[in-house]
Amino acid sequence: MTTSTNAPRREYVDGTTAIVRGAIDAGCTFFAGYPITPASGILMAMMRELPKVGGVAMQGEDEIASMGMCLGAAMSGAVAMTATSGPGISLYSESIGLAIMGEVPLVIVDVQRLGPSTGGATTVAQGDVQFLRWGTAGGYPVIVLAPSSVPESYSLTAKAFELAERFRCPVFLLTDKELAMTLSAVDVDEYPDVRSVERAEKHAGLPYSWEPRDTVEPMRRYGEGDPFRFTGSTHDEGAYITKNPENVGALNEHLIAKIEDHRDEIEMVDSDLDSDARTIVLSYGVTAGAAREAAARLRAEGVAVSSVVVQSLWPIPETVLAAAFDGIERIVIPELNMGLYRREIERLASDREIVGVNRIDGGLITVDEIMEAVR
Amino acid sequence: MSIVTITPISTYRSDDPYPFCPGCGHGPILDRLNEAFIKLDLDPAKVVIVSDIGCSGLSDQYFVTSAFHGLHGRSITYASGIKLANPELEVVVIMGDGGTGIGGAHLISAARRNIGITVIVMNNLNFGMTGGQHSTTTPEGGVTATTPLGNLESPLDICSTVGVNGAAYAYRGSSFDVDLADRFVAAIRKPGFSLLDVWDLCTAYYVRSNKFTRAGMEESMRSWGLEPGLRYDRDVTEYAVGYREAHAGLAGHPTPGPRPVPVGFAHGLDRPMSFVVAGSAGGKVRSAARLVALGGIRSGLWAAQRDDYPVTVKSGHSVTELWLAPEEMPLTKVMSPDVLGIISSDGYGKAGPYLAAMTPSDLVLTIPEHADVATDARVVVIDPKAAEKRIPKTSMGLVFLAAALRIIEPYPLDALREATAAGSFADVNLEAVETGITLSLLA
Repeated sequence: MTTSTNAPRREYVDGTTAIVRGAIDAGCTFFAGYPITPASGILMAMMRELPKVGGVAMQGEDEIASMGMCLGAAMSGAVAMTATSGPGISLYSESIGLAIMGEVPLVIVDVQRLGPSTGGATTVAQGDVQFLRWGTAGGYPVIVLAPSSVPESYSLTAKAFELAERFRCPVFLLTDKELAMTLSAVDVDEYPDVRSVERAEKHAGLPYSWEPRDTVEPMRRYGEGDPFRFTGSTHDEGAYITKNPENVGALNEHLIAKIEDHRDEIEMVDSDLDSDARTIVLSYGVTAGAAREAAARLRAEGVAVSSVVVQSLWPIPETVLAAAFDGIERIVIPELNMGLYRREIERLASDREIVGVNRIDGGLITVDEIMEAVR
Repeated sequence: MSIVTITPISTYRSDDPYPFCPGCGHGPILDRLNEAFIKLDLDPAKVVIVSDIGCSGLSDQYFVTSAFHGLHGRSITYASGIKLANPELEVVVIMGDGGTGIGGAHLISAARRNIGITVIVMNNLNFGMTGGQHSTTTPEGGVTATTPLGNLESPLDICSTVGVNGAAYAYRGSSFDVDLADRFVAAIRKPGFSLLDVWDLCTAYYVRSNKFTRAGMEESMRSWGLEPGLRYDRDVTEYAVGYREAHAGLAGHPTPGPRPVPVGFAHGLDRPMSFVVAGSAGGKVRSAARLVALGGIRSGLWAAQRDDYPVTVKSGHSVTELWLAPEEMPLTKVMSPDVLGIISSDGYGKAGPYLAAMTPSDLVLTIPEHADVATDARVVVIDPKAAEKRIPKTSMGLVFLAAALRIIEPYPLDALREATAAGSFADVNLEAVETGITLSLLA
């Protein structure tokens, strides 16, 4: 056998492996999770890989405990991640709120399966798009990234760690059964270099600040420097519980402003625009593969069409989407739900015709179905 | 040389007075904890008080140590994470009887793991903060806001619960114990999980609704089968330390990164080709498809496979859809396969939609039992009994795929042989490949 020097450089790999590599390369040092199909592969791999980098991986007694351990570990200086599927996100709900309130950097992977309830454990769906955004009490913003391929599963996992540190908040990686478990050939040169996160830390002083409102204060760490406090209750900048309306208002405005005022640092789409196009296909996650292919085939047929794949689902990347919609009259949105993200686009682009291509039977949307909707 | 005098910290309490009701036992318990910290001469920066929710949850604010005040019932989970990430910290959980109920799974699991935290349960037999409702420790017959005619439930024996499940240390006492500070010292010093079930008076509710006072407390404990005193004291390995010892051998081993599959062959495809293998779970259908994909990659092709199987193992169907393509392509479901292999009756049960969609240019390879399949595709019967040796069930997928590759030749058979030789179970799998090739020639 001979191997030529310019031969393809491909591996055969699944999204789960890419997520685990992305986490390790981003500097993850703590993982806790509870077995659930189709996310168990991440748990098992992290149990194997984290001790190699001096980290700790735990299987919690349930999803609630797993999240609790991640939050405690993060406040002891760990860079933490957990992974589950929709039914597990249900149990994460209260802890997501605590991570928001206590400003804990944490990456939460949701490998979607078909719901509601136990639903279809080994069946693909995209039903958690709104659930992640509104999955805890209060309505405060979170960040949600959605890879659409194996290389993006790697790069966006690392990006999730970066954003979690930047904004001191939970960041979700929204993937699904097919992206996580399907084996496919991947060009090994498609993985971008990612950097290990560096936590902004301080070892004295108050743990929080909200002057100005979008301030993200460097983290404290238990055991280093002066003692400090942490609380899930409304609090002052020293984490002492308070009901003072001026203080409570400032805290809650801060939790919104630190993310909403910095959307430009989060907005991420993969735009493939044709200036002659009057129709654009907007997709995300596993559905993006068929959407990209549909656009390519339509162009080969001489049909002008644009494509935008949304990588940062929340906050909604309004600025880059507005640019992508320039000159567009029709927006086609394929989703493995009955239009959960489409409702957001209808709000943003109410003057355009908006067409959904939707499936909730566990199958994937085909290239032909999207081409049909564009024509 | 100068002599440095280190003065032990005189208090770990802040200047703020406690907020508790008159006669409540929570304040005295916290005073004993403060005395314990003084006796242990701990660095307040190395102490984390993790508080639960309820009146006990107010406690951490009156100490100058670090603190974590989270959600109801979950204090033990935060404490576990804090300790796992930094085993040098002294982590003390302060919770009420309410927290032991809602967080029961965490209580038991932390005891089983023997994670090195100290749990102080301020057990006042009811929910004080929310209006005196019954808790898991309310005695049978106890009158509360939610058991006005007397509690019908048995009280939780907290010490036995953690003790029979492995906890290093469990003590039952009350806020009136003169040696409580020493008990706290012993518990904090003890490696592993330690718990103190410290009964106290809820003067706002439980004491007012029941004849329950300091005088009869110990007799009441005994009458309910909840013996006071030191209940468990055993030597264990602390979990965070044990975890690090158990995994020390893995340190420094790199996480495997992307490794390109070597390419040494040329393929013959000018369009994507789809294969479906319909078999039974436990038949290594997915592993066989993976080898065929790797053979394709060795020939310069792109490949992807979607697997469908029930959540159980070695029971029911296992169907794999495999694409080989000259160009990168998106993940899509196979509607009409170029090749369908029916290798078991479980698989046949899932093959209907594929068979119906297939055309005369497509190929079905089937076991003899399903030779009469209804399809427009060309049907080739592969008879495993025609093989020289009995073919194990776990090789059938690879036998059929090798047979298909011999007939269709999307890429050279040597690429499959090399992929197989480079993988696990190479001997058995290489035999399956050759068997498949031979059977396809007989068919």
